[in-house]
Amino acid sequence: MDKFRMIFQFLQSNQESFMNGICGIMALASAQMYSAFDFNCPCLPHYNLAYGLGILLVPPFILFLLGFVLNNNVSVLAEEWRRPQGQRGKDPAVLRYMFCSMAQRAMIAPAVWVSVTLLDGKCITCAFCTSVPVETLGNTSHPGLSQGEMKRVLARIPCKEIYNGQELIANEVAVRYLRCISQALGWCFVLLMTTLAFLVRSLRPCFTQAAFLKSRYWSHYIDIERKLFDEMCAEHARSFAKVCIQQFFEGMSTDLASARCHPPRKAPADVGEAAEKLLGITDQGTMNTALKSWHRCKPPLHLHPPALPSGNGWAGEEQPPAHPPVPRREMAAYYSRV
Amino acid sequence: MDRFRMIFQYFQSNSESVMNGICGLLALASVKMYTCFDFSCPCLPWYNMAYGLGIMFVPPIALFLCGLILSRQSLVMLEEWRRPQGCRKKDLAVIRYMCSSIMQRAMIAPVIWIIVTLLDGKCLICAFSSSVDPEKFVGFANASLVQVQQLLAKVPCKDDELMRNNTSRKAVSRYLRCWSQALGWSILLILIVAAFLACWLRPCFNQATLLQARHWSNYIDIEQKIFEETCCEHSRLFAHKCILHFFESMRQEMKLHSFSLPREGEGAEGEENLLRDITDKDQVNKLLKMWYYEKPPLNVSQATQRHPLGRDQCTQYKFSQHTGV
Repeated sequence: MDKFRMIFQFLQSNQESFMNGICGIMALASAQMYSAFDFNCPCLPHYNLAYGLGILLVPPFILFLLGFVLNNNVSVLAEEWRRPQGQRGKDPAVLRYMFCSMAQRAMIAPAVWVSVTLLDGKCITCAFCTSVPVETLGNTSHPGLSQGEMKRVLARIPCKEIYNGQELIANEVAVRYLRCISQALGWCFVLLMTTLAFLVRSLRPCFTQAAFLKSRYWSHYIDIERKLFDEMCAEHARSFAKVCIQQFFEGMSTDLASARCHPPRKAPADVGEAAEKLLGITDQGTMNTALKSWHRCKPPLHLHPPALPSGNGWAGEEQPPAHPPVPRREMAAYYSRV
Repeated sequence: MDRFRMIFQYFQSNSESVMNGICGLLALASVKMYTCFDFSCPCLPWYNMAYGLGIMFVPPIALFLCGLILSRQSLVMLEEWRRPQGCRKKDLAVIRYMCSSIMQRAMIAPVIWIIVTLLDGKCLICAFSSSVDPEKFVGFANASLVQVQQLLAKVPCKDDELMRNNTSRKAVSRYLRCWSQALGWSILLILIVAAFLACWLRPCFNQATLLQARHWSNYIDIEQKIFEETCCEHSRLFAHKCILHFFESMRQEMKLHSFSLPREGEGAEGEENLLRDITDKDQVNKLLKMWYYEKPPLNVSQATQRHPLGRDQCTQYKFSQHTGV
């Protein structure tokens, strides 16, 4: 338990490094997904463009959404955004900060996918092979083909085995050309992304540092408050359940004892701890009745006050005539007959 | 776990070593990226130069910016540079020291990329194959100008049909690779000598100022980290108090509306304390609803006073503040 607590404290104290770790893992996962993916260009005139651009643009979109889903701060943000104002004002700067930091982290995996795709070159080769400039790269003196025919021939460039336009334009020349364009686009995209990231990161201290510190503190606060509230509710639920079940067993044993007309046995003075834990149920029949009762008729979510010795009269008699106390004892007596 | 804690403490105590670690990782990443990268020269007259020089210079710029982004110290330095003076004077020597140390570390990965590129040779062969003098090579000496340009542009592509068994292609390729490697090794030598001289000659100039600058830059970094940790700790305590206060207020309100029984004299022990008098499904539901619809104000200064949660709680708080209670 110590180990987990230390890890938890480390992660909590350094939430940024935890989120960065998740980003890194998603980026690696996206690169791995691309290399595992079996790219199959259809080599048909209009399908090529759709397939190539689809593979280039749809997975990044999915990865972006996945980045939001995996970020557990999304629910915190949504809750803070939708809650009624109540006694605590809402600060739009905090909401903006939370959204921006989540969006930035979610952008990393898609950017990695797009860069890897462009640097690899297969997508662009597939998508734009019908747009290769045949006049500059190939043989324009080739017997004239109709536009459609030429497009069909060019569309087969990515599929070397079925390519039949070697006289029109050499396959290697076209592939090299397209891959060069794709890699140039890829590196430009990488440069653009890193420049944007650099600007975003370095312009912030120059302009809005004080507002940033405030937003960061309150966004951490909201997160921690939610976690602590959940913890305290869990603690409360645990105590509630414990008392509820204790009272159930006590009620059972008292009712069974009174139903059999035996006085509740007073435990001998030197009883051990184990005997106390038996909660007054000491034989098979009683236990079976208790289990059946627990299944068929769970006790109400309403704890009796403590420190009233069993069989000592109705709790209701000494109370002010408010409505809750009176029915309780009757409910207890009711379910014992099941 | 002890090991883990020791490593963590070590990194936390010495931000310079963290920086060195990140810098080393980026250098390794740059070499790995180069080996994974599938270099394919277009073998076309003008595209070659653009592609070759692009591959040689654009990734280093991206790596340099990455080095700046990933380093925490650059952010600290920027904040120190842009902060209002306030009660603490700004020391330009410290800022200069931080800036130079950040730049030095960020330059390592780009330099490694450039050197690996040059030592490998493919980039330079691709970029400058059209610029060699065709007279020096037998196979290209007799062709017309345009043809020579085309042929030379195809030199980097070994598998091209025109170039497959051309010995002059190999000659051009070897020639350019020799130049490329010579350039690569020279740059490496110059950089190492420069680093060596800088290390050895630095103590001769301004050692005291350097020690001061290094100390204060470390201090600024550590101060920033500790401030963030203290804020985290503070927000945790604040949240704890706020929630306890909320539970208390709910308990008071329920007592006020007689939703729960007044406790017997000896009560309030063990489990009952944790339950805080909220012992009913309706009470729990009401508490959770209140938590959502009316979060408590961010004010725990009256935590020791029991004010019932009501519509006029805000005014009550204001009132008690004014009377200095």
